[in-house]
Amino acid sequence: MPIESINDCVIRFANVNGSGSASANQLFARSIMRMGVPVAPRNIFPSNIQGLPTWYEVRVSEAGHRGARGGTDFMVAMNPQTWDKDVASIEPGGYLFYDSSRTVPDSKLREDIVVLGMPLTNICNREFTDPRQRNLFKNIMYVGALAALLDMDLAESEKLISEQFKGKEKLIAPNQKVLRMGYDLARETFQCPLPMRLRRSDKVGDAVFLDGNTAAGLGAVYGGATVCAWYPITPSTSLAEAFERYCNRLRVDPVTKQKKFGIVQAEDELASIGMVIGAGWNGARAFTATSGPGISLMQEFLGLAYFAEIPAVLFDVQRGGPSTGMPTRTQQSDILLAAYASHGDTKHVLLFPEDPHECFEFGALAFDLADRLQTPIFVMLDLDIGMNQHMCKPLKWDDTRNLDRGKVMSAADLDAAKDWGRYLDVDGDGIPYRTYPGTHPTKGAYFTRGTSRDRYARYTEEAAPYVDNMERLLHKFETAKTIVPAPEFRAAAQPTRLGVLYYGSTAPSMNEAAELLAKEGVHLDLMRVRAFPFSAEVTDFIAAHEQVFVVEQNRDAQLRTLLLAECSIDPAQLVKILNYDGNPITARFIRKAIVDHVERLSARSPKVHS
Amino acid sequence: MSYLAKPKFHHPDIETNELGFTHRDYEGSISTLCAGCGHDSISSAIMRACFELSLPPHRIAKLSGIGCSSKTPTYFLGQSHGFNSVHGRMPSVLTGANLANRDLIYLGVSGDGDSASIGFGQFAHSIRRGVNMVYIVENNGVYGLTKGQFSATSDRGSKSKRGVVNTDSAIDLAATALQLGATFVARSFSGDKSQLVPLIKAAIEHRGSAFIDCISPCVAFNNHEGSTRSFDYVRSHNAALNKLDYITGRAPITTDYEPGSTQVVKLHDGSTIRLSKIGADYDVHDRVAAMHHLHTRQATGEIVTGLIYLDGEPHDLHDSLNTVTTPLNELNTPDLTPGQKALDAINASLR
Repeated sequence: MPIESINDCVIRFANVNGSGSASANQLFARSIMRMGVPVAPRNIFPSNIQGLPTWYEVRVSEAGHRGARGGTDFMVAMNPQTWDKDVASIEPGGYLFYDSSRTVPDSKLREDIVVLGMPLTNICNREFTDPRQRNLFKNIMYVGALAALLDMDLAESEKLISEQFKGKEKLIAPNQKVLRMGYDLARETFQCPLPMRLRRSDKVGDAVFLDGNTAAGLGAVYGGATVCAWYPITPSTSLAEAFERYCNRLRVDPVTKQKKFGIVQAEDELASIGMVIGAGWNGARAFTATSGPGISLMQEFLGLAYFAEIPAVLFDVQRGGPSTGMPTRTQQSDILLAAYASHGDTKHVLLFPEDPHECFEFGALAFDLADRLQTPIFVMLDLDIGMNQHMCKPLKWDDTRNLDRGKVMSAADLDAAKDWGRYLDVDGDGIPYRTYPGTHPTKGAYFTRGTSRDRYARYTEEAAPYVDNMERLLHKFETAKTIVPAPEFRAAAQPTRLGVLYYGSTAPSMNEAAELLAKEGVHLDLMRVRAFPFSAEVTDFIAAHEQVFVVEQNRDAQLRTLLLAECSIDPAQLVKILNYDGNPITARFIRKAIVDHVERLSARSPKVHS
Repeated sequence: MSYLAKPKFHHPDIETNELGFTHRDYEGSISTLCAGCGHDSISSAIMRACFELSLPPHRIAKLSGIGCSSKTPTYFLGQSHGFNSVHGRMPSVLTGANLANRDLIYLGVSGDGDSASIGFGQFAHSIRRGVNMVYIVENNGVYGLTKGQFSATSDRGSKSKRGVVNTDSAIDLAATALQLGATFVARSFSGDKSQLVPLIKAAIEHRGSAFIDCISPCVAFNNHEGSTRSFDYVRSHNAALNKLDYITGRAPITTDYEPGSTQVVKLHDGSTIRLSKIGADYDVHDRVAAMHHLHTRQATGEIVTGLIYLDGEPHDLHDSLNTVTTPLNELNTPDLTPGQKALDAINASLR
């Protein structure tokens, strides 16, 4: 039986990288969103410019589930290289749409799915002479066909095309024409709409649709970053590029055309972080965007910034590693690398945004935190949040908010101060007062170095001042717990001894899994960790539950390790739920892992099943 | 070893500059380098240059990497902010600092290990970018702090104190800086203060990447027979190109020169450097000829010193980036944060 559903399906496009499918696929996803129906698209792409297989998956969910679901209901198979696997991956009763310009033998098809062939290449070759157009328009044509098959509002797609080509008006008409051709031909050829279809709804509201890298780059603009030094690396490159794009739009003096920002594409990640540290030392807000391999290269400098207490912001868009390994697949596998980056007793503040909305929010907040704590702040994105477009709450800014530059002495402050020392803990929070170079002719100058110095920044290799400084840094880290974003708690519908800790891009799938599990009678209290160091709320949450699942996207349960190390927790209390195959974690996966565990538990002690 | 304070008293008739500062105001703490170290002479040349230019010490930022040379910023300009960063990475830290505040004077101090080995890449790229700085390499051809290993500027065939002969080719940092587009390139010798002080002054006045390769013999590990960085060797192989006499614009002209023996070099701000030429027909504005000259002399074992190349119209990183004239670290919320209205428009474009 063909799958029947309304506003609840997964459509997957199998394309060849570089064939121009990306914008057509995005047009499809945005058209659905314009119909008021929530979508969650994901791009699965190779480390390649042209020729290798790439997929684009659109999850349609009236209920608003934004995580990856797993499984494919409708396959648009445009890549002969991956045909067999693509066809095999379709759910029974699902649909296969393909380019029938070349005959596909029955043996290459399946009987338990609905097969929809349309000779896209033949039609495009007949209608167009330009080889580039012939290729590109195949993609637009299948979007038109899908609109008919799924009962979409073609006008929304047409409107999006006009918006997309604003300024290149001569492209609008041919694109719209091809879209319409696909639509009409599908209606002539197939029984439209299919049992699995879409319907206009009102579940999108004022949501926006953007990727986390763009949001974080924009966050850096709002956070007052003026210096960006970076080295290109997938999947973080588009973050620095978004910063530049928005700066060029928002931070150029209208009269002089001069720029209120400086961006340097450095020679490597060592230079990137060096520039960020130099700029931070000198009072500018500075950041770099990178991924795990870059963080590895920055280790020595990160220790220096930690000990010399220099504000810096790093956006780590996590991926699989190293070198050529899995650079285009998502993971949360830099947690320990970042938390303890460098040598000689170091710990760093990490922020875990869940979606582009929070990428923007934390992207700006990170600069206040860096200045207030005088230390590097890591914003831990991953490829899934960073490079995929997500539907999320619109971006918000409080116009009364001022950039918080932390404890900085002006010339007047220095004149008024009885006793100033760069590393003196005046306020008892472990955070000293700093000066920018050039502030005062005779006061406030100091020499910046690693650890061999006293509270007045004077050189010493003696033991007591070293220990004194190390203890103060720990105290500062305690202070950090009180000012980083607090975890988000969501109580189960009924009291439970089971809790879940999760973070970052796992959030939408975890939320969905919790709903599924609640329906099956497995109730879970949820806590989304939003920062490291962990505040008391996190340890209290663990203490309040018999078992806590820690759901992560890495092999070694890195957040769990961090919890064990930092909060002295009994390892038996924290259950690992790990997905690390490079694909975003799904609700189905989490549900199954938790059910399996709960069943094992209840076999031993039935009371735990709440 | 602890922080060493210096007594503050001085002679009542001590010389003062335009700001009323004495040379004591340009000092740092007492050096902990070996007695007789060439680096200390460079430190005192830096102090002298800043004193003569009447620079307010707090408007200078001094940055370094790791090594003997990189320790020296502690020993001069105690009223300046200093940054002893990590090995070989001074150029990137300086570049970032310069981006943050274009109004300060940036003095980068490095060594041959720091710049020619571990930091060769950062040295190259900071110069390529035209960062406005004075980049001094205190070049002794040896790793001092780790006790006598060859550095990448050691000449092939030179002998270490323990008798080991270096088999690797040397990196000529001045020639490399020329090739990379430095707009001011000089080489000097820590033992020739009369040449070094004016060079440092000219480098400070230069608005662009100013590179000085300063040969600075290591008295502990590289001052023996068989070394090509010893005081004796450098003195006997020094091929000085020119002698910088003074810089106008700040200092008055006090001496006359024979016509034809001097080259007057105009700087971007209208001030001039007057060079008394030693090598005939040497034009400091000809980059290609400068490279040729360096290589030719090097082949004969000579060490070319003096102002090697000067671009009178330098272009710096801020020019390339077209940044505002206000230092970026002085911009605040209204300059930087576009507000909700701009965000509304962005939100609208994302639906």
